[in-house]
Amino acid sequence: MAGSAGEDGARRVVPDAPAGPGERRSERRAPTDSVGAVRDTSGVVDPEEGEPTVPLPTDEPTVPIDRQTGSESGTSRGSRPRLTATNVVIAVLLAVLGFTLVVQLRTNSGDASLESARQEDLVRILSDLDAQEERIRQEIAGLEESRRQLSSGAQGRQAALEEARRRADELGILAGSLPARGPGLLVTFTPVSKPIPAARVLDAVQELRGAGAEAMQITGGDGAAVRVVASTYFLDSDGGISVGGRRLTGPYTIVVIGDPKTMRTALNIPGGVVASVSGDGGNVTIQERDVVEVTAVSPRRDLQYARPVS
Amino acid sequence: MIAVLALFAGVLLGVWLDPTVPSALQPYLPIAVVAALDAVFGGVRAKLDGIFDDKQFVVSFISNVLVAGIIVYLGDQLGVGGQLSTGVVVVLGVRIFGNVAAIRRRLFRA
Repeated sequence: MAGSAGEDGARRVVPDAPAGPGERRSERRAPTDSVGAVRDTSGVVDPEEGEPTVPLPTDEPTVPIDRQTGSESGTSRGSRPRLTATNVVIAVLLAVLGFTLVVQLRTNSGDASLESARQEDLVRILSDLDAQEERIRQEIAGLEESRRQLSSGAQGRQAALEEARRRADELGILAGSLPARGPGLLVTFTPVSKPIPAARVLDAVQELRGAGAEAMQITGGDGAAVRVVASTYFLDSDGGISVGGRRLTGPYTIVVIGDPKTMRTALNIPGGVVASVSGDGGNVTIQERDVVEVTAVSPRRDLQYARPVS
Repeated sequence: MIAVLALFAGVLLGVWLDPTVPSALQPYLPIAVVAALDAVFGGVRAKLDGIFDDKQFVVSFISNVLVAGIIVYLGDQLGVGGQLSTGVVVVLGVRIFGNVAAIRRRLFRA
């Protein structure tokens, strides 16, 4: 390359030189070229001649071309079979070259992807991708975790709300502040010979509570209903009983929600409610119902002293 | 002339057939193409210089391709395939540039 550059420079210097006096150049040229009178005549016209000095090289290419074509034609003429064979080989080689060139270009332009990558490059790319995948997986895990927390928070709020509502309903039913319905019994105390004492009714209530009653109300003969809650008391009053301050007269009907079989069994045990009421001169009828309704509610009591702990 | 026609025929054939390179050849094909290009440019230069020899061209073409492929294969076996193919491409590129420079000088005298 350096040699060629020097050659280039040398050749360029010659045409660039004409700025100087033509005579000196012609003088200098004369010995080197060792060409005859033609050069001398050309030396007369200086700028024109500056170019013609170059034609010496121009002559050269024309000469090689002539030479080459001549030699080619000559060789082809000289020994045709051998040359055609090699020519065919050359043609085949060049055709293969063009073919592969195009194929390679197509392959490369088709996908500038992994197909042409080397093994170590592929390994590196693969490990890069693995690391990236690992990072992304961690990110996914973190996001999933936060999403789970958020949704569980929302769900938890929802669940807590529903739980609280359900619990409030349960407590309301247990405390007697909400009406309730469900399977249960209708227990009717009918006085026959003498009024039913409040103690018997209280016994029945306690027995029913012990048998799993969840909501109760007691209805007097006049249809007045009193919700039986924890603070309900039973007193004998004249001709009837006072339940929670409300005076009821017989017959009394206890509407109780709970497991009917268990409560019925509890009432009917020997020496139990039914037996003692019958012994006291009353009559007890027990009806199982799939649905009974406890509609009476106990009056709300505002707590005056007790406060929730938490 | 035949060579140029053959080259075009090969190009057209490649465009027309549009084959896929088998994966076993994929590392070697580009190097082989570059080596063949080097041989072709050397042949053109020799032609312009008037010293073109058919046999020499064929032998140099084939040996260029084979040696380039073998070098890349060796590099792959040694674990330096990428670097070695780069080196081969650089060397062949330098040669191609030299040949093209000679051709250019021969054709354009510049």
